[in-house]
Amino acid sequence: MNFGDFVRRCHRAGKLVVQPRMGMSSPARMRAGLLATKNANATTVGTITLDSFTRNGDLASVERALRDGVGLNGYPIVHYDPDVTRAMLDGVMAADFPVQVRHGSARPLPIMKALAAAGLHATEGGPVSYCLPYGRTPLAESVRNWAACCAVLRDSVEGEPHVETFGGCMMGQLCPPSQLVALSVLEAMFFYQHGMRSISVSYAQQTSVAQDLEALAALRRLCAQLLPHARWHVVVYAYMGLYPRTPAGAMTLLGKAAELAVRSGSERLIVKTVAEAHRIPTIEENVSALEHAAAVAGGTVAHAPAREPDGGQVYAEAYTLVEAVLNCGSDIGAALSTAFRRGLLDVPYCVHPDNAGRTRSFIDTDGRLQWADIGSLPLSGVVGRRRSRSVTAADLMEALSHIQRVFDAEALEQANRRAL
Amino acid sequence: MSLLPGKAAGRTDIARCRRGPVIVSSVASDAHTWNLVYLQLVIEELGYEVVNLGPCVPDDLLVQECRARLPAMVVISSVNGHGYQEGLRVVQRLRACPELRGIPMVIGGKLGITGGESSGHIDDLLSAGFDAVFDDGTAGIASFRRLLTALSPPEPMLEVAS
Repeated sequence: MNFGDFVRRCHRAGKLVVQPRMGMSSPARMRAGLLATKNANATTVGTITLDSFTRNGDLASVERALRDGVGLNGYPIVHYDPDVTRAMLDGVMAADFPVQVRHGSARPLPIMKALAAAGLHATEGGPVSYCLPYGRTPLAESVRNWAACCAVLRDSVEGEPHVETFGGCMMGQLCPPSQLVALSVLEAMFFYQHGMRSISVSYAQQTSVAQDLEALAALRRLCAQLLPHARWHVVVYAYMGLYPRTPAGAMTLLGKAAELAVRSGSERLIVKTVAEAHRIPTIEENVSALEHAAAVAGGTVAHAPAREPDGGQVYAEAYTLVEAVLNCGSDIGAALSTAFRRGLLDVPYCVHPDNAGRTRSFIDTDGRLQWADIGSLPLSGVVGRRRSRSVTAADLMEALSHIQRVFDAEALEQANRRAL
Repeated sequence: MSLLPGKAAGRTDIARCRRGPVIVSSVASDAHTWNLVYLQLVIEELGYEVVNLGPCVPDDLLVQECRARLPAMVVISSVNGHGYQEGLRVVQRLRACPELRGIPMVIGGKLGITGGESSGHIDDLLSAGFDAVFDDGTAGIASFRRLLTALSPPEPMLEVAS
């Protein structure tokens, strides 16, 4: 069964699908990780995360590391013969346990060919989200690469491909939700224009539950309007910024992400673990995170969010951004390049040469992520008029560590109360 | 995000450095950005213009930018655990250019995969050409600020009339 169809079926059965990030260099360890995910007490899908050399196309370094016995930080799918990966997945991947390949590459064509050859069909990324935050590949080149990738997925995958946008996770933190929603929708439209029909759209938990619920409602509304013929679902990412250092703080934040996913009607959740602030998590830590998220989700009631007739502030901003990009041309990839060049899309603090870099954001006293400076974004009539704020190094550090401090402080306070 | 008190080599005569931008850069395999953005703001607040080359900067590009701009300082930050190996490699290429020999170059972050640098690694980086090595931690940024302040103070930025 297709990855997206499995997730949607679970959702109809009232189950939130939970998913780890996980990648090991050896096929035996990768198989063990997938089996542990499959056997966790939760509704799961599997993940193969690729190593950073493979992401950058540096296969010589993969070979050297494997020869010297140096561990890689993920599974080198392009290096291994497709039969090795097929054998690794044999008896693990199944209709009720689809597996997604996660990578983070702006030049992903060899990865797409390798996953298709190994019998896999689900992956993620996007021309903007896998380009601007992570390197210097020109945006126009990334757009061409991802168009070619869609062709490979269409033509080479056994069955129907599934692709997820990463646009709702730009920079991990401090990108105001409206632009995350807009980018997620625009990348989904790009995939649709290149023949993908089974799509998921991402959104990463930010700093305010109320604002995140608004954002997820806006994302669903825009997908319903702009992707009426795609089969889509929403994937929520547990907080991607500086993570709490205390185990209790980390688990509480993950629980909030699970609640957010269920309350917003989202279908899938990517978890984080207690090890996140310190190192790459073990298989056991991943299983604990999956089971904790599933338990919290099972105790959370989904309810339709109170729908504001105009869709609310996040929707108004996201709609305006999407509309401005679509007005740049009918080819979504070219329109995205044009929009970034004109500053109609501009990711705060992103230093890529193709990002204007004129926008800034801050966390307000209610914990909502707001624009400190909209640069050339077409939001002057939508965002309340206020003076641009300058952001100092100390302000930035405070905003980056806001969630970590809040959740660690709460965990320590509870531990102190128990000790008294 | 971090730069900790380091050990300084005393190779460069800091007081005689000319005014120029400060180049902030990652190394070729490191895709992290927030450390670079933070450093840019810290350096700008001390009155310098910053050229932020961003994440995943190939060695060739860093060498080319340094030769073209003759910066007041080169600041390399890496947090993915490969900073030691890649820092060693790129600083030797930078120091091989005659026009870059006198320019202060520093490195900091999470440079190894084990957390906490061994003094052997730090000495290697210093003898390869860095003027200071800052380990990950809270006191690092204060130490880095002191080093940057010790450079001949920049002339005030011109106010743009508007």
